[in-house]
Amino acid sequence: MPDRTLRVVIAEDLALLREGLVGIVERGGHEVVAAVDNADALVTLVHHDPPDVVITDVRMPPGLSDEGLRAAAAIREEHPAVGILVLSQYVADAYLTSLLEAPGSGGTGYLLKDRVGHVREFLDSIDRVADGGMAVDPEVVRQLLGRRRDDGPLSALTEREREVLALMAEGLTNGSIAARLVVSEAAVRKHVGNIFAKLDLEQGTDRRVAAVLTYLRG
Amino acid sequence: MERSPRAGAAPTAWGALAGSPVRFLTSSWPFRSWAYLAGSSLAGLLTLVAFLALALTGIVTSIVVIGVFVLASMPLLFMAVGDLERRRLRVMSPGGAPLPSPHPRLRDTGLRGWLRQRRRESLPGRELGYGVLLAVLLWWVDLLVAANAVLLLSLMALAPLLAHYEEFVVFGWTASSAWEAVPVGVVGFVGFYVFFAYVATALAAGQVALARLLLGASEEQLEQRITELRRSRLDLVDAFETERKRIERHLHDGVQQRLVALTMTLGRAELDVPEGPGLELVRQAHGEAEAALSDLREAVRGIHPRVLIDHGIEAAVREIADRMPIPVAVDITLSGRLPAPVEATAYFVVSEAITNVAKHARAGSSRITGWEQDGDLVVTVTDDGVGGARIGAGSGLAGLVTRLDALGGRLEVHSPVGGPTRIRMECPCRIEP
Repeated sequence: MPDRTLRVVIAEDLALLREGLVGIVERGGHEVVAAVDNADALVTLVHHDPPDVVITDVRMPPGLSDEGLRAAAAIREEHPAVGILVLSQYVADAYLTSLLEAPGSGGTGYLLKDRVGHVREFLDSIDRVADGGMAVDPEVVRQLLGRRRDDGPLSALTEREREVLALMAEGLTNGSIAARLVVSEAAVRKHVGNIFAKLDLEQGTDRRVAAVLTYLRG
Repeated sequence: MERSPRAGAAPTAWGALAGSPVRFLTSSWPFRSWAYLAGSSLAGLLTLVAFLALALTGIVTSIVVIGVFVLASMPLLFMAVGDLERRRLRVMSPGGAPLPSPHPRLRDTGLRGWLRQRRRESLPGRELGYGVLLAVLLWWVDLLVAANAVLLLSLMALAPLLAHYEEFVVFGWTASSAWEAVPVGVVGFVGFYVFFAYVATALAAGQVALARLLLGASEEQLEQRITELRRSRLDLVDAFETERKRIERHLHDGVQQRLVALTMTLGRAELDVPEGPGLELVRQAHGEAEAALSDLREAVRGIHPRVLIDHGIEAAVREIADRMPIPVAVDITLSGRLPAPVEATAYFVVSEAITNVAKHARAGSSRITGWEQDGDLVVTVTDDGVGGARIGAGSGLAGLVTRLDALGGRLEVHSPVGGPTRIRMECPCRIEP
């Protein structure tokens, strides 16, 4: 864990989980600026004092539908640099694409709530999001993987390249991917280059994000 | 003649009258008819007496306010007569279905319950008409016929005795001694018995027809009753759905959150507990808590998945498809959200069908499609497996058929041995009784 103190705002309507999240974030050495139980309070709070990272539940009062997600979109618009980590009860790809497609330099994360218990990984996700990176739950990636159509742009990729792309979608760096696949980082770089070429991604844009978006759309 | 055990049970009195005379005379119909006519006489007389008593008391006491109430209770008298008469019809319809009443079914038994319910109802005109006919006409006609029958039959039976005392003349034939009167008595008795058996049965059958006409529920009332039944069945399905949602919310907001909080605490403990047997135990506890969470999530999914409530059929079906071990293509196009019971039923049909595919079909792939057609939601689940599937006892689909039925939908399974299997569900998109 990098020893820096991030300023974090937490929005979660269930008290038990809110306290749990505060505990974990503080255990990671970060400062919890505030912990609120609804989306409106979250937006107001961030408006006055933008933190480094916002962690929000998708479903929150008053409507208990996707208030957290809408709050995230509003925050992204107002403060593009704030990292946003969304917690969801289940996999809904509509959530994910709307999150990833929002413009802004801040990082984005989409994690399943049940996985917050993996504290070390959760804290890693917070770090990645704070650095402007991406953190997508492996379960989400796995489920989306099963949905790939055969005729999509991904059909040109080899099995290995898809594996690499899936790990990119989880938000891993080339180094982490190399460690996960037990290959050299150079090999990973080569695969990534091939992926960019095959998906016809232009130089200069954030090709990593673009590749992942292509991947997630199938 | 050999009597079958059910010789007396010709389906209707008219049928018995038109059939073989021997069969008729040895059947229970003459006795049923007599019993019915005797009952009619008594009921009619009682109705008349009760009517007069009520009317008189009402008019006399209307000076003090009570009379108004007495008179206002008049419809109840006719409703009571109607209920009684419908019951009495059973004498004349052995084994038949009871006559449907124009009144709603009684909720409570006993006189008190009857009064409480019936006093809020209005008296159908036809029921009033029957009561009036019974009170002013039928009862004394029946009584007249019965009295004549009794008189003539007893005269014939007592013929020898009468002839013993006095000259006995009947149809221009004179018997002056008891012995001479015996043949007359026997022939006359049998003749009158047969004659009155027919008369009584015909009369009773006519009255039954009249009663059925005036006391039965009308077509509209029956239709209304059916509509009510359908609505209450839908209400039941709806209540079922609401209850499932309540259970789901309870599990989701309660138990599931506590378990998540527990895994969080254990996750933190893993970071703080020093390496050693203690940490091993914490890790084990963490794993067990996650297993419990996963079991719970599976259970909640079977009750009423949250993604269905939030995002509708398509998202929920995709979620099932994603969890399947075989590739499942999902192609659902709907214009919007559907009523909750329809969505839930469609979801569970797909869930059940696709689970069966994964378990039994040995299929390589499967496809789920859904679209709207003429106001119906149509969902199909197909696979390239071995076939031979059917909606049998114990299959989860059987229960869903009942639910679909309540919504006005249906389920078809086309699964020849050797495959492929195609399950097609149709259900109206709108819920209307």
